Amino acid sequence: MFNKLEEIALEERGKAEQYTHTINVCTAAGCASSQSDAVKEALENEVRNHGVEKWCRVRGTGCMGLCAAGPLVAVEPEKPDEVLYQYVKVEDAGDIVASLEDKPVERLRCSTDIPFFTRQKKIALENSGYIDPESIEEYIARDGYSALMKAITEMAPSDVIDEIVASGLRGRGGGGYPTGLKWTTVAKSDGDTKYIICNADEGDPGAFMDRSVLESDPHRVLEGMAIAGYAVGASQGYVYVRGEYPLAVARLKTAIRQARRANMLGSGIGGTLFNFHIDIRLGAGAFVCGEETALIASIEGKRGQPRPRPPYPAEFGLWGKPTLINNVETLSSIAPIIRNGGDWYAQIGTATSKGTKVFALAGSINNTGLIEVPMGTTINDIIYEIGGGVSGGGQCKAIQTGGPSGGCIPADYFDTPVDYESLAKLGSIMGSGGMIVMDESSSMVDVARFFMEFCMTESCGRCVPCRVGTVHMYNILDKFSHHEATPRDLVLLEKLCDMVRNTSLCGLGQTAPNPVLSTLRYFRNEYVEHMVTETNGSGPVTKQMEVAQ
Amino acid sequence: MISRNEKIEPPSDDKRWRIVQATMQRNGFTRDGLIETLHTVQQSFGFLDDDSLRYVAASLNAPLSQVYGVSTFYHLFSLKPAGRNTCVVCMGTACYIKGAPSLLEQIENEYGLSRGETTEDGHLSLMTARCLGSCGLAPVAVINGHIAGKLNAEEALQRLQALQEVENVQQA
Amino acid sequence: MKRPFKTRIKTLKIDGIDVGAREDETILELAQENGIFIPTLCHLEGVHDVGSCRLCLVEVKGSNKLFPSCMTYAEEGMEVITNSERLQTYRRQVLDLLFSERNHVCAVCVSNGNCELQWMAGKLGITHVGVPYLYPQLAVDASHPYYAHDPNRCILCTRCVRVCDEIEGAHTWDVMGRGVDCQIISDLNEPWGLAESCTRCGKCVQVCPTGALFTKGKAVAEMKKRHEFLPYLRSMREGRNE
Repeated sequence: MFNKLEEIALEERGKAEQYTHTINVCTAAGCASSQSDAVKEALENEVRNHGVEKWCRVRGTGCMGLCAAGPLVAVEPEKPDEVLYQYVKVEDAGDIVASLEDKPVERLRCSTDIPFFTRQKKIALENSGYIDPESIEEYIARDGYSALMKAITEMAPSDVIDEIVASGLRGRGGGGYPTGLKWTTVAKSDGDTKYIICNADEGDPGAFMDRSVLESDPHRVLEGMAIAGYAVGASQGYVYVRGEYPLAVARLKTAIRQARRANMLGSGIGGTLFNFHIDIRLGAGAFVCGEETALIASIEGKRGQPRPRPPYPAEFGLWGKPTLINNVETLSSIAPIIRNGGDWYAQIGTATSKGTKVFALAGSINNTGLIEVPMGTTINDIIYEIGGGVSGGGQCKAIQTGGPSGGCIPADYFDTPVDYESLAKLGSIMGSGGMIVMDESSSMVDVARFFMEFCMTESCGRCVPCRVGTVHMYNILDKFSHHEATPRDLVLLEKLCDMVRNTSLCGLGQTAPNPVLSTLRYFRNEYVEHMVTETNGSGPVTKQMEVAQ
Repeated sequence: MISRNEKIEPPSDDKRWRIVQATMQRNGFTRDGLIETLHTVQQSFGFLDDDSLRYVAASLNAPLSQVYGVSTFYHLFSLKPAGRNTCVVCMGTACYIKGAPSLLEQIENEYGLSRGETTEDGHLSLMTARCLGSCGLAPVAVINGHIAGKLNAEEALQRLQALQEVENVQQA
Repeated sequence: MKRPFKTRIKTLKIDGIDVGAREDETILELAQENGIFIPTLCHLEGVHDVGSCRLCLVEVKGSNKLFPSCMTYAEEGMEVITNSERLQTYRRQVLDLLFSERNHVCAVCVSNGNCELQWMAGKLGITHVGVPYLYPQLAVDASHPYYAHDPNRCILCTRCVRVCDEIEGAHTWDVMGRGVDCQIISDLNEPWGLAESCTRCGKCVQVCPTGALFTKGKAVAEMKKRHEFLPYLRSMREGRNE
């Protein structure tokens, strides 16, 4: 069977060698929304018009990262001399094709020598932008499914878990729970039937890592799930994906079909006795379904309301069976770990946070897009080096990480290395990887209100503190943003934060106060400035007040 | 085993019910398939009305109140028909700090709508999304399924105006 | 949702008192057996627990987290604290939030004097509500021949939903919407009187802790709810199944 994989890989590589040039066009959602499909079509036409289709091919690939400069087109002659073009328009297609045997088109060129590219280390995203996400052959040609074959033919399930434990990989969905430990628990749980769930319900506003992986390299997620299934003894997996991501769903469906045909999913995978099936379940627009127990309820066809844990899904999950739930990025890191060994992965990163992390850079930053950096990279490096600094030349005031469960980190702390512990110490969380950059014009009270509005409308309504507490907190923050709040409101707000955080049933409620608490911690003066104003005839005057710390 | 639920007649002889039936079949006519089934109804008919909810409930042997509870829990399900055109403004963090609120407000004022509403003549539905994941292009709106990035209010209103004109031409 | 247990005996401490428990017993059950008061509004003996009211939260030594005692099982060596200052403060805040969420004006309520929410407020020493009232305007449903539903008094404990589904088997009630917009509904959000699935058994009315579900035509003083029937019904049924 190994041979069969190798055959496909060889054939695919041979096919690639027929072409001296490959033009890659990004067709992930970011570039697709700036009409990259039309660009791809124009390039195909031009290739035919120039009569170079014998040695030049045009491919649609996944995300190349620099979404701000889309549509992106990369011309691959012999690496490393890849040429990247930015802001490509349909009209530019002719010039690009005409330049293939000549010098690149300088006016469109995007340097790949900038820190945005050189400072990254791609593991989860290693194939993104280099393969056609709708071709299993191209995935296999880049060592795809070799980790799965290695696991099921050469390793015992416990060996697989040992590698994951050795890698030090931690959950990339936000919590940072050690992945190896989770796998061990599920593997040890009694029961013949177990389930693997891939949590692709990426709900944090401002985060699009999971979508990008699913759109750019869906097979990698399937391979990770199958390896997990082998390790813990499950034969059925579900991908719970947001209904708002139609392209990701379509590519996943294609990938599952292809993998089944290639015998990398289904019964008797790769000629062994291992069976693993994957089905897709669509989310329907509920942020709370990113919470494990709510996600399970949703797969069971119910209202996505969480239940108290314990029992944890690892023991009592989907339909009461032991269930392993991992996030997309976590599962994308599995195959490379099995291929290269856990120790290899553990060399990257910091003492407690191993490996790399994908971030979605957005907001007031020049290089918006998707990046993957080793854990421990400082925020400064991410914002100013890789991100290219604040857009419009302004000053960066703070970054927001972790979405509605996270917090704001002020510019004074930008020399902090990014890892789970350091961010938690600053009152934020790693979260799933959204990183929103805010310049001086952003009001922190407004940011806190924005996230509280989010939590209020996304609260499932089951427990009292979250259902009613978020409404009161939102109302108070709204008073602040209209300069109508009093010192008493601030006291009440802090009391509510403490109460909701400690008494809510699930993670959504427990973390809902975080954006408020972190902005209160670093930008308390803004709250004070937003307190009640008195008009003295000539307009509002802010009344400064002493507030009990 | 043939489930007795297969015999339940759809509300009409509309062919789209066959797609709904197929979804239920795939899930073995169990309640677990409720959300999948509602997705199919929503996709096929554009919204969930009382008749379809009753049919789904009967076919899956699920209580009516549970079906209603699930339909109203998830934001992608709509119990009212949408307008002929839709405009979804993204209110994710990136879009928010890049000016989506004022974009939304201007559209609201122009059409006298609040988010989640449809104009009386059924011309336009205005909605908001949590995050479309196109943060690199913030602020973003989806107009009739096409993503428009780096949008300002004028441009958005122009595009919506264009929809109106298309409709006027079609009517004339 | 009870986990499958082999019955073993555990010893633990609740408020310093040594107690012995079967491992399928919750902290709340244990406390009640031992005469220790833990407040709750959503727990109802005879139906499964949801842990939603957050009044029964307790501290467990060695953990910073608070645990809902209705869904936390006895474990060997556990030291449970049920009534610390911190817990009292949170409980009063939970009641504050409940009072502010809907319209709970006791003087004009049919359940005045027989209301668990009112009783609980007295018991926990609530003298005033510390947050502004939200006062939504919700329509009363009096379409049922015997009973009526006033959502303004509802605290969304979902006892009615659970008893209707698990004991009566009708599942007339469920929750619609999300967050603060949640409401109890019958069938397809129809008037209760038109709900085909309702068997008119009235169990929901008897288990409702407030005046949200009540019997028509009864005077305020007669509005006493009886839910003793529930454990009785359940043990009778279990006996039959054995």
